[in-house]
Amino acid sequence: MKNLIDLEKKINSELTTKINKTKIKHNQIYVEIDKEDLIDVLLFVKTNKDAKFRQLIDITVVDYPEEVQRFKIVYLLLSHEFNQRLILSYFISEKEVISSITSIFPSANWMEREVFDMYGVNFKDHPDLRRILTDYGFEGHPLRKDFPLTGHIESRYSEEQKKVINEPVKLEQNYRNFDYESPWEGTRYIKEQTKIDDKKN
Amino acid sequence: MTKKIKNLNLNFGPQHPAAHGVLRLILELDGEVVEKADPHIGLLHRGTEKLIENKTYMQAVPYFDRLDYVAPMNQEHAFALAIEKILRIDVPIRAQFIRVMFCEIGRILSHILNVTTQALDVGALTPSLWGFEERETLMTFYERASGSRLHANYFRAGGVHQDLPVGLERDIAKFCESFPKVINDLENLLTDNRIFKQRNVDIGIVTKEDALDYSFSGVMIRGSGVPWDLRKSQPYDCYDQLEFKIPIGKNGDCYDRYLCRIEEMKESVYIIKQCLAKMEKGPIKTFDGKISPPSKKEIKQSMEALIHHFKLFTEGYRVPEDEIYTAVEAPKGEFGVYLISDGSSKPYKCKIRAPGFSHLQSMDYLIKGHMLADVPAVLGSLDIVFGEVDR
Repeated sequence: MKNLIDLEKKINSELTTKINKTKIKHNQIYVEIDKEDLIDVLLFVKTNKDAKFRQLIDITVVDYPEEVQRFKIVYLLLSHEFNQRLILSYFISEKEVISSITSIFPSANWMEREVFDMYGVNFKDHPDLRRILTDYGFEGHPLRKDFPLTGHIESRYSEEQKKVINEPVKLEQNYRNFDYESPWEGTRYIKEQTKIDDKKN
Repeated sequence: MTKKIKNLNLNFGPQHPAAHGVLRLILELDGEVVEKADPHIGLLHRGTEKLIENKTYMQAVPYFDRLDYVAPMNQEHAFALAIEKILRIDVPIRAQFIRVMFCEIGRILSHILNVTTQALDVGALTPSLWGFEERETLMTFYERASGSRLHANYFRAGGVHQDLPVGLERDIAKFCESFPKVINDLENLLTDNRIFKQRNVDIGIVTKEDALDYSFSGVMIRGSGVPWDLRKSQPYDCYDQLEFKIPIGKNGDCYDRYLCRIEEMKESVYIIKQCLAKMEKGPIKTFDGKISPPSKKEIKQSMEALIHHFKLFTEGYRVPEDEIYTAVEAPKGEFGVYLISDGSSKPYKCKIRAPGFSHLQSMDYLIKGHMLADVPAVLGSLDIVFGEVDR
């Protein structure tokens, strides 16, 4: 489709129940779906003659640790033919396993490995799900919000053992995170209190 | 009597001059033919995305220089554009020309490095000596504008950090006159060179379909004959006001990609010339005091400017809640930033889409069935820089 609005209509009318929400912003189309419909929706937008999102640009995850469904999985797609971008997303909880899309987009292989490495999201039917960016034998998933910025271990060369060893991180000074928020806008606890009060009213 | 032949596993890198950085490539060889290639990356992983989540928007810019460190400003551009789109601010026209000009300088920087090191990988030493001299000149332009040869930290949301110093425009114009001769010299050495052709023609062929399937972008997809360049198809900043051509390959092999890069350098020189001609005096960043810091002079005189300065460099500016993906045509391909802001002064999530990541992924597909000696040639033409692959 030449036009994003037409494309939005098309997606909504063809996939009806599989689409939870669509919106157009920043000249891109955002589509929210359910986990189960991923393959169907992807196949549709890839092969349909009015969509032709032939290229998977990236897969990523956004972590919202307070939510029950804490991970938002995001697929960025590009259609060369119509010069359009589509952002597909759905939410899952921590333990859920999602299906791999390597059979549809071969380039998803490393992208899914990266997601697995960084967020600990598991993929079903992935041909080779290993860590990719972190060190061999690394533990934890660094891009989760509850993973500390300084990490857990540090490496150094040990003169006694004549090899590189890992030790728990020892910092001369703790990582300092200043709250620069303007005091005129109210400190956090007051804001939260007013929010609760507002809800009561 | 039958003889059992075992495949040989070969570790290529992480410390190997032809690995273009810290790539560990595990090759399975049958004689001299590569059966399987398994790249192990992440040896240069610095957790850029995690660090950016803990920094204000302004503090996050230097991390982008350290991704693809041969063309630093192109990366900054993607981040600046993402913030500008969310904040809905306009960039003054002079700033747009400055940014585009430096992006094209970055493209030349990157392509010189790639073309000459690829020649080096297949046995030609001289191009790299000639090319690096030009890179040095270009990096002094970087230095004069931003104060640093490599890690520029020059682009800001809403413009650039400071105006060009006196005389820089003149010197860049001079460079534009002298540089095409160097490209010609490089071409004289390489384009019709028998050895260079033997090593590159019909090596690492990518078909159109596969280029799409493997998420290729930039020269990798154009080399296979897909006319796709974000500067033309989704123009950002002032690219729509500039004239330039998009060179396209035919066969999708290493040699076509080399030719594309050479042509792109010529186009870049042309773009820089146009920028210099169209650039007029004027503001170089947005006037919005909530986003761009005041000048030193103003701070001395105005209370409001002092407050703005203080707030900008402690808290930073806030970006309203939004979600956006912006991409630019970096020298290596589509470089994108997927930014999620939550209304605070730090990004909630900043995913960096590096072109090299998906290019390197296809190593196994590209090299299967080739000889061991072709590995450096293919790797060279992928244009891999580990700063961006590992992030």
